[in-house]
Amino acid sequence: MTALRHRLADRGIDRHLLLLLPAAVFVVVLFIYPFFYGIGLSLQPAEGGPLGAYRRFFTDAYLRDTITTTLGLALPAALLNVLASVPIAYRMRGRYRGKRVLTTLLVLPITLGTVLTAQGLLNFLGPTGWFNRVLQSTGLTDAPVRLTNNYWGVFFSLVITGFPFAFLLVSSYLSGIDPALERAAATLGAGAVQRFRRVTLPLLAPGLATTFCLTFVLAFSVFPSAVLVGDPAGETRVISIAAYEAAYVQYDYVLASAIAVIMGVVELVVLGLVLGWRALLYTGSTAGGKG
Amino acid sequence: MSEPGFRELRLDGVGRSFGGREALAGLTLTIRKGEFIALLGPSGCGKSTALNCLAGLLPLTRGSIWRDDARLDTVPPERRGFGMVFQNYALFPHLTVRRNVAFGLQMRRVPRAETRRRVDEALRLVHLGEHAGKLPGQLSGGQQQRVAIARAVVLEPSLVLMDEPLSNLDAKLRLEMRTEIRRLHQTLGLTTVYVTHDQEEALSLADRLVVLREGRVEQIGTPEEVHGSPVSRHVADFMGYRNLLPLKAEPPAAGRVTVGGEGITMTGTPVGAIAAGDLVVAAARPEDLSIATEGVPATVEVVEYQGREVAVEARTEAGIALFLRGPTRPAPGDRIHVAVDPARLLVFPRDDP
Amino acid sequence: MTELRPRRLTGSPLGWLIWGVVIFFFVNLAGVIVAVVVSSFGRRWFDTWLPQGWTADWYGRAWRDFTLGPVLVVTLEVAVLVVGISLLIGVPAAYALARASFPGRRLLLLLFLLPILMPPITYGIPLATVLYKYGFAGHLSGVVLANLVPSVPFVILTMTPFIEQIDPAIERAARMCGARTWQVFLRVLAPLSVPGILAAAILVLVRTVGMFELTFLTAGPDSQTLVVALYYSMSSAGIRAQQSVDAMAVIYTSMMLVLLVVALRFVNPTQLVARVGDEEK
Repeated sequence: MTALRHRLADRGIDRHLLLLLPAAVFVVVLFIYPFFYGIGLSLQPAEGGPLGAYRRFFTDAYLRDTITTTLGLALPAALLNVLASVPIAYRMRGRYRGKRVLTTLLVLPITLGTVLTAQGLLNFLGPTGWFNRVLQSTGLTDAPVRLTNNYWGVFFSLVITGFPFAFLLVSSYLSGIDPALERAAATLGAGAVQRFRRVTLPLLAPGLATTFCLTFVLAFSVFPSAVLVGDPAGETRVISIAAYEAAYVQYDYVLASAIAVIMGVVELVVLGLVLGWRALLYTGSTAGGKG
Repeated sequence: MSEPGFRELRLDGVGRSFGGREALAGLTLTIRKGEFIALLGPSGCGKSTALNCLAGLLPLTRGSIWRDDARLDTVPPERRGFGMVFQNYALFPHLTVRRNVAFGLQMRRVPRAETRRRVDEALRLVHLGEHAGKLPGQLSGGQQQRVAIARAVVLEPSLVLMDEPLSNLDAKLRLEMRTEIRRLHQTLGLTTVYVTHDQEEALSLADRLVVLREGRVEQIGTPEEVHGSPVSRHVADFMGYRNLLPLKAEPPAAGRVTVGGEGITMTGTPVGAIAAGDLVVAAARPEDLSIATEGVPATVEVVEYQGREVAVEARTEAGIALFLRGPTRPAPGDRIHVAVDPARLLVFPRDDP
Repeated sequence: MTELRPRRLTGSPLGWLIWGVVIFFFVNLAGVIVAVVVSSFGRRWFDTWLPQGWTADWYGRAWRDFTLGPVLVVTLEVAVLVVGISLLIGVPAAYALARASFPGRRLLLLLFLLPILMPPITYGIPLATVLYKYGFAGHLSGVVLANLVPSVPFVILTMTPFIEQIDPAIERAARMCGARTWQVFLRVLAPLSVPGILAAAILVLVRTVGMFELTFLTAGPDSQTLVVALYYSMSSAGIRAQQSVDAMAVIYTSMMLVLLVVALRFVNPTQLVARVGDEEK
């Protein structure tokens, strides 16, 4: 008894770890188990052997192309959100009057949710919406520009919901970089551009990679806006629509599970690539010294 | 309502390892009631591990602890009835000074009136009566330290554990608090185990010292024993024997041994078994080396004024550094001779671990 | 107090360009929101700058047509249950993760990170299938269970760094004063982590009210939350008047706005999106 206790203590195991049990059981039962259940289900199609559902997905262009459609939306949107956040967050560093108000305004779209954003975009960017009215009355265009029920509607929706997200993360990473480092660079003769490029950007890069990943995850799972402001049967038929239709329109749970698995794999591949690149970067302390 | 007392507390081969790495290997020690024990050693020697094992905050991976005839190491920390003063004080930041000190009494369900009386008394003892309503964040380092002490002693614990309690204070405050802790120990007679890396602190406070190195006990003894007769070159090193010369022994005779090499010849006292031709370490404190008319020739390199005395670093022809401390003040570049009292030059075998 | 002097935010041409982009973003964003609000108060609006005539009738109609009363009750029930349960499960786990180091800790962290990193649809579909199999889906219980999947890890990942920054010596001090485990939790840890718990609770609340996919996949007719009801009303547009959908969207947004304002009083805006980034260090 004593010996066992001594051995467990050596490995850092004691009764405090029991506190982890409910959460671990919970995640295993409601996340891991369904996930493997889904994988299992995806391997039992009515016909075509264990990989039948996957074969069907990759041979049917209508299904297969949803991958490129999704990536074609999610990658540019995530990239734009991150790249636009950097200069804006960089400008907004430090303390000044009205910063909280400005930040709150930038955060606001998070609360809109995809559905209101979709409704607003339909109203605002639609053929008779204010945006087209301004363009036409200022003489910039003759006919209304089509910005909804296609790729651009979904893209704008992803920017509106994703940008505040990216902005907040980038600003928090920026605020973690000791401003003394830039001052030190300045005393060594570095100009503003050099300070940013040689000091701030390298320290920020790992944070940017993480931000990109999180924004990408958000954009990759696009579903309601692709249906509502996009063209769900055509150019914005993203992979989650395919999964949803398989499950709830055709009641083909095998195919739906297969699509869900493919979706997870594609996402993990992208995340893996970005995080792999991130691992090559310096990821240590961003403080200027002790304390 | 004081804690159950004990005649003695016995640590029997107490050891702790972390994932196979041994931080403390088999500490055996008997603590008598009313004693002040200092665990002394450089950082990483296992002294804090020993203290946390004794407190019950760290489960043992070897051995056992006994309070008289009752086994203690399986009892959780909150039921051992010990008090502890932490290195960074660990005051509850959300409670006032008064409620910090009262916390332990409340845990023991001491009646309100008695709690009040004992807290007042403890705060008076550490001269913090007028700060009772403040939060820890509003106090200076020294005051926080005194709150931590009051919180531990208010329980009248059977054992007080102190984990480098003075290491975060500045030099002047450290001296004041040291006297304060000694005074408290004399007034209250609380059995105390005190962890420190400062040999001066340990020597001035403790009744007995336990010198640890790499998780093992090097020496246990009174301050006089450890200071005057270190049993190994490591203890000597830690006790301020700054000159540690790697030399070779000649045949020992009549409790003396002559050691030499690298152009040096000196006579000292052997500690442990030393035979002719053994590789040895000759150890001496700077204040036991003196500038004389004859002895080891050396050239003065650095001279530091230190109040009444002067610290001198000199180098022999063969390039061995010698450290001296005394009233005479040579100039850098002077050629001097260095002599030592054979009783004060301790000669240790070199191959000890 | 040299910081009081407002920093010059403009100046260089690049600075102006950046502000131009920000203002353009805001103008369009305002357009998006105001268009919905205006439409919800408009009598008829077709191919003109502003509607012909104003009315508040659409709100009443939306309330009746979409049975918003019960929907709001369901939304509230789901949110409160998810917040409560995820705190109960998540906070102790966060404590253990923050304090202990043991073999497999990193694996466990990854396990908790995955439900946040995966798109809800990927695990939502198999999860819904499992929940249907055991008869949970289609009811409130299914919706709550599904929403807990990202919420519990979210609480854990928000609270772990928070608990880590509470000095462990304080707990030990409490123990040395004779406090039992539950007393340490109740009298020392809980008061010190109130800000963290509050933040986690509000964040989970905001996310749950806004969570579309999981609720959509598991809700039955009686267990729709506001977002899902809104989605159905929008995708079945044509049957209902556009303006009444707008009115409903405005109700939803006002609700989220109130939550946001409350949230920002207690939490750092960054926490609204994620603490996941910090976990990887």
